[in-house]
Amino acid sequence: MRIRVIGAGAAGLTAAYELVSRARAAGRDLAIEIVEKSDGPGKGCSFFAGGMIAPWCEAESTEPIVAGLGAEALEFWTREVPLAERRGSVVVALERDRGELVQFSRRTSRFVTVDRAGLAALEPDLAENFSTALYFEEEAHLEPRSALAALAEKLAAEPNVTLRYGVDAETLPDNWDWLLDCRGYAAKPKLSGLRGVKGEMMIVRSRDVRLARPVRMLHPRHPVYVVPRADGTFMVGATMIENEERARVTARSIVELVNSAFAIHPAFGEAEVVETGSDVRPSFWDNLPRIVRDGRRLFLNGLYRHGFLLSPALASRAARIVLEDGYFPEVMDENRGQWGDARREVV
Amino acid sequence: MNDPLRLYDVELGSRLLVGTAQYPSPAILAEALAASRAEIVTVSLRREAGGGRAGQSFWGLIRSLGMRVLPNTAGCRTVKEAVTTAQMARELFGTNWIKLEVIGDEDLLAPDVFGLVEAARILCDEGFAVFPYTTDDLKVAEKLLDAGCKVLMPWGAPIGSGRGLNNVFALRAMRARFPDTPLVIDAGIGAPSQAAQAFELGYDAVLLNTAIARAGDPVAMAKAFAAACEAGRAAFLAQPIEPRDMAAPSTPVIGQAFS
Repeated sequence: MRIRVIGAGAAGLTAAYELVSRARAAGRDLAIEIVEKSDGPGKGCSFFAGGMIAPWCEAESTEPIVAGLGAEALEFWTREVPLAERRGSVVVALERDRGELVQFSRRTSRFVTVDRAGLAALEPDLAENFSTALYFEEEAHLEPRSALAALAEKLAAEPNVTLRYGVDAETLPDNWDWLLDCRGYAAKPKLSGLRGVKGEMMIVRSRDVRLARPVRMLHPRHPVYVVPRADGTFMVGATMIENEERARVTARSIVELVNSAFAIHPAFGEAEVVETGSDVRPSFWDNLPRIVRDGRRLFLNGLYRHGFLLSPALASRAARIVLEDGYFPEVMDENRGQWGDARREVV
Repeated sequence: MNDPLRLYDVELGSRLLVGTAQYPSPAILAEALAASRAEIVTVSLRREAGGGRAGQSFWGLIRSLGMRVLPNTAGCRTVKEAVTTAQMARELFGTNWIKLEVIGDEDLLAPDVFGLVEAARILCDEGFAVFPYTTDDLKVAEKLLDAGCKVLMPWGAPIGSGRGLNNVFALRAMRARFPDTPLVIDAGIGAPSQAAQAFELGYDAVLLNTAIARAGDPVAMAKAFAAACEAGRAAFLAQPIEPRDMAAPSTPVIGQAFS
């Protein structure tokens, strides 16, 4: 069976991985071709991701299914493909925004509240600024770029997988048995109701701050998260704006990100700006992911701001659709809610 | 009960005006707006605009809701910025309605009332129907009416603060001073009881966003606000009693037989 996967981002590579491992377990013979337009893996919006595998934090502002599907990602990224570090995540708020922390704690679960001493044990550099925090012990984080490069490498080592970079899938003949379209926002012309939600991020380097795990700071206007990365760098993200401008980082967004990072730790004010970046998150109107099936063509899309959190759950389901003729209404039902009509009208 | 609200010669059945920001998703936004039974939805342009027309997908969705759109100039800090944003809104949404915000104080997002009056005059002269987001200051209100505004939208409390009606005394005075001008409480409402209170004070309508959008269940909260607005308005029309300093028994004691 010949399978073509379009797109080597989080969605495409996890789907290819699930196909390979499930086919092997079932003794099935597959030939998988991954076709990517850019010159390497993870160069789409995955490139700008935070890489937080934080299903319980995300429950604060998402529908329950996100935490449910997201829990599968912890297993995937820490055991199956162990590229994530499981050190939990920390949520803080400035003294005057204490109400935000209370509200967040009411809407989430699987955390412990820690006082200044508890926070000092976890993140010594935060204890001076924050007297209380929520600690989500089970969550994890990864570095998106190296993680996808490693996953692509792992796949390339499989005898039945071919990775082709710099190739536009539209120019190839339709010689596949199954097609998995994992192109994200680039699939917009083919998927009704897909829109982009702009996000901007920056990477800074500071030798004066050390963090062991992602830190989210709640704020009425500019919530922000900081994810520690290799070599003294930190990813600071991310704005969320309802427009579809891909590559334009505005000064105002940078001001907001820097201000918020500065509030987490003043040393971020002296940090070196290594990079700023922006892209759009491929999203359906309910901001929930979907597998859209059109015969033997599957679209894995709508991962919104949850590329790494939700791709493993979509990937395993897509693989089971291909191999076992599975059906998964939680990600395939097209008529969730009353939104159906309005969505059609817009497109 | 036939009790329509009239804003710039448009008759409306609902007295709740709602915003579109901060919802978990556009789908929940649409469902919450339907549950609110609101007929007017306010949309911010400043940031979503991006470079050119990058916000089209989201605006297309707002238009598809079939509600009357009240574009706003949220986030504008100068007269020029607000006027330009209003002009762009008119073109994009094909309406001359504009909720005018000129922000002065960054921390409290308080209106710059001087810039507000100036921008209101420019926009009224250009034929806009201006809905000014203002404070409860009576002199400013008068100048806004002089500028050509036919609706006033004083704050209850700072935007998004959920503190309710901070200065009931001033809001009462405003109602008394402008008995014939539609008055809309814009901003600061956090709970349905506060919306009901605004109506009991005689306010004609309430505009809110965060209280619904950031609620744990926005759709259920929208329903609660719809009910509270109707209850508050009905209570106002039914003429509530004045508070008394002395207890008055509900059951008469005079004229009853000795036991």
